[in-house]
Amino acid sequence: MQLTIKYFGMLTEATKHTEERMHTNTCSVLELVEKLKNQYPELKDKDFKVAVNHQLVSDDYLINNEAEIALLPPFAGG
Amino acid sequence: MDSFNLRYHRQIILPEIGVAGQEKIAAAKVLVIGAGGLGCPILQYLVAAGIGKIGIVDFDIVDISNLHRQILYGKSSVGVNKAIAAKNRLTDLNPDIDIVAYPEKLTTKNAIVLFSEYDIIVDGTDNFSTRYLVNDACVLSQKPLVYGAIFKYEGQVAVFNYKNGPTYRCLFPEPPEAGSVPSCAEIGVLGVLPGIIGSMQANEVLKIVLELGDVLSGKLFTYDCLANQSLAFGVPRVESQVTKVLDMATSFETTDYDLFCGIKKGVDITAKDAFLIKNACFIDVREEHEQPKIDNLNPIYIPLGELEEKIDTIPKDKELVVFCQSGIRSKKALEILLQHDFKNVAHINGGAIALYNNKPNVTDHKR
Repeated sequence: MQLTIKYFGMLTEATKHTEERMHTNTCSVLELVEKLKNQYPELKDKDFKVAVNHQLVSDDYLINNEAEIALLPPFAGG
Repeated sequence: MDSFNLRYHRQIILPEIGVAGQEKIAAAKVLVIGAGGLGCPILQYLVAAGIGKIGIVDFDIVDISNLHRQILYGKSSVGVNKAIAAKNRLTDLNPDIDIVAYPEKLTTKNAIVLFSEYDIIVDGTDNFSTRYLVNDACVLSQKPLVYGAIFKYEGQVAVFNYKNGPTYRCLFPEPPEAGSVPSCAEIGVLGVLPGIIGSMQANEVLKIVLELGDVLSGKLFTYDCLANQSLAFGVPRVESQVTKVLDMATSFETTDYDLFCGIKKGVDITAKDAFLIKNACFIDVREEHEQPKIDNLNPIYIPLGELEEKIDTIPKDKELVVFCQSGIRSKKALEILLQHDFKNVAHINGGAIALYNNKPNVTDHKR
């Protein structure tokens, strides 16, 4: 399946992307995160939440074809 | 037309607001935590709009490097406490409202009492430790929290704990590892960005007060000022996260948020290294009957269960090294010591067993 993945905050530096298209087999959020951490080792020590189609979801959520994924880290600055 | 109507004329003529709306604004009490990059625009717009009572909490002083984004301050404010400097400027902007400066740190000791005097809390802080403290105090005192945070060219805005909506912990249950998310001071920030995000926070406050439009509850709004891209993500309420905070009601005052966010850390040391440490005070937190004794470290004996009541007997000026039988209880002891503001503390991995196996001269007799 094809996915669009958006990166926010310091994750854009860890992956050198703000957005990318990715081809992958059907998978859960957890499996996708594992795959991304293998692809971008700098993601391994980062904290973030995952949204699928603009909704925060849990790790076991099954991702559908053409889903838009967002990786959202916490910000502290003020 | 009296001066009240003249000052607020342009918002009163909005049919959705009117005199009735302006009276709601005048009756509202809003507490802003942090008078920095976010706090300045938040305060400026809320005071200008006529919010009846505004509290400003900030212990920090104005630095020249703040002026490119903290727009309430000028050169004459440098060196002055931010809550005081902000109040001075804001009193000139609108002398008709009640502005209270709290030139102090928000702590678990003062948060609940302070929050009880206000209707809405606005988070303009710059660190995770205070953000979790603010969230938890809002949950415990049932106040809506208008959240904003920035990173380089991006910002986040949300309203938490509003009409049974999600809390900050429903979005981010645990703080990230200390030091993994750089601050504005470390990484820089474009001055306009906190202006935009802070203005959005002020807008949410007015919407809550006026019961107008869709309040940003149950959503995380993100904005990227380079790409001009804004998105909103649905955030569900996680009941277990809310309950966790409600269960803290009695322990909140003694909770150490710096410790929770990993800012204060005890050190793990190996048994081998333990024998090389000079001038430290060793504390054996096992029960009296436990063997083997590690007498050549000359420890003081305080079982874990008695540590808090005997805390005053522990020297404050020495490096402390705690051990137990295997390294589990000593980790708990470490946390207790950190909570009591002992700064230089370590515990021994593997405890007395590891010590016994790593030192040939360990005695094995009863004390």
